[in-house]
Amino acid sequence: MAVQGDYQTKNTLETFGFLPQFTQQDVIGQINYMIAQGLTPGIEHEAPENAATHYWTMWKLPFFGETDLNVVLSELETCRREYPDHHIRLTGYDNYTQSQGVNFVVFKGQGGGTRAW
Amino acid sequence: MAKYDAGVKEYRDLYWAPEYVPLDTDLLACFKVVGQAGVPREEVAAAVAAESSTGTWSTVWSELLTDLEFYKGRAYRIEDVPGDKDAFYTFIAYPLDLFEEGSVVNVLTSLVGNVFGFKALRSLRLEDLRFPIAYIKTCGGPPAGIQLERDRLNKYGRPLLGCTIKPKLGLSAKNYGRAVYECLRGGLDLTKDDENINSQPFMRWRDRWDFVAEAIHKAEAETGERKGHYLNVTAATPEEMYKRAEYAKELNMPIIMHDFLTGGFTANTGLANWCRENGILLHIHRAMHAVIDRNPHHGIHFRVLAKCLRLSGGDQLHTGTVVGKLEGDRQSTLGFVDQLRESFVAEDRSRGVFFDQDWGSMPGVFAVASGGIHVWHMPALVNIFGDDSCLQFGGGTQGHPWGNAAGACANRVALEACVKARNEGRDIEREGKDILTQAASHSPELAIAMETWKEIKFEFDTVDKLDVQ
Repeated sequence: MAVQGDYQTKNTLETFGFLPQFTQQDVIGQINYMIAQGLTPGIEHEAPENAATHYWTMWKLPFFGETDLNVVLSELETCRREYPDHHIRLTGYDNYTQSQGVNFVVFKGQGGGTRAW
Repeated sequence: MAKYDAGVKEYRDLYWAPEYVPLDTDLLACFKVVGQAGVPREEVAAAVAAESSTGTWSTVWSELLTDLEFYKGRAYRIEDVPGDKDAFYTFIAYPLDLFEEGSVVNVLTSLVGNVFGFKALRSLRLEDLRFPIAYIKTCGGPPAGIQLERDRLNKYGRPLLGCTIKPKLGLSAKNYGRAVYECLRGGLDLTKDDENINSQPFMRWRDRWDFVAEAIHKAEAETGERKGHYLNVTAATPEEMYKRAEYAKELNMPIIMHDFLTGGFTANTGLANWCRENGILLHIHRAMHAVIDRNPHHGIHFRVLAKCLRLSGGDQLHTGTVVGKLEGDRQSTLGFVDQLRESFVAEDRSRGVFFDQDWGSMPGVFAVASGGIHVWHMPALVNIFGDDSCLQFGGGTQGHPWGNAAGACANRVALEACVKARNEGRDIEREGKDILTQAASHSPELAIAMETWKEIKFEFDTVDKLDVQ
């Protein structure tokens, strides 16, 4: 914020959008949580202009049964290399509640710069 | 078949049945009773069972035309109340066929009807109900439920964040919409009509709808997030209520609101059905609840009202905050929060839960914590209520020195910092101060909020405590 009291609206894209850029260590913390909770990690990406829709494009299938955080990290990296202009988010599917216990944007495409390391 | 014997019989001859084993299909109730002096407990318990089911004070000939053994309620157990020598618990089993399907209205009319004015009792309180799964399957329940609400609103992995627009009364529609817009652009997910805002001379409902809709649509476009405002459709008549709901739908609003006790269960159940058919979420306020549930010896415990609401229908229900300005014991609150959200809740007297309760596939209801809370409470709130809750900071958002948007941002930063820390395995209640202080180092909005509210606490003793020694 440039001037005290002048609150500028931000394009925050839901959960964790109000925290500073996540470091790789921050992302690892959330992946560990996801794995410990028995959630299935997944990656989605989308062009910023289409990001208002529910369905972003899935990066491969969710990583069912994956418990190695390095696999998830390297998939995130590969996805970013392939789609450097896209928003990329990490999701944690919960097959009991049929919801997602984790869902946040790791990399922000264009304009907003990158969100993580 | 017995012969007709006119006159007055002791209630316990017919309605006290200590040998009875309740059926899975019975509706079970636990009342806390204080009888008149000199009346045996069994007689008092039987009287409650009788007066809340088939009985009346005198034998009547037409009883013999039916099979009362099939229809009557039975007092089947009596227990001491810990720490209270005057009162005792009585457990009553009611056969399923005493109640119309899908009607909590009918259940309550029987169970908390005439019996509460009965002279043989000094006081009576309905502590808990066990609805049989057979009955639950006849009720509509929440229009959407937790899972669908998250999907529609695109909110995952954290509590929802909201606030009630203040001042409670007196704003014009356009100024009101401004207050909503500022909160939503600043980071809240949802804002709320105060319960006593309906359609007063200073702001008619239709004008409020129009301005709030613009606020939501603009905030959504700017933030890339889904937003909503609980438009309060509580009205003098059901016709008017539906008219307001229809216009909310026309404006593509995601959520509306109802006051289930002052509006009544009939209106609430009808509105929940309408919401389900029209794809709109339903937020539930609980004005008047403390009149009914606060006195430990009279009325209905809130856990019963919460169960009834889940059956009648609502996607969010106020539960108190435990830590804020309004009444609420932590264990007791957690007890009924479970009833709103879980698919099975086991008996647990330490949380005031008297029965196992199987909810089957009935969708869950978000617990709403609202009233006198601010950023310093955030670690405790996240810990107590978990993700499936909606935390609402009214004064704690709009009382920020820089205004609503900055106040909203402060709360959102605090919330996300707590969730992140929790996920990293930290003890957020114990380390709360460090977590917030660290988060404030990158958020001047949070830093000033922490400074503003650092001295405010609400530490009064709870009036309605759990019965434990």
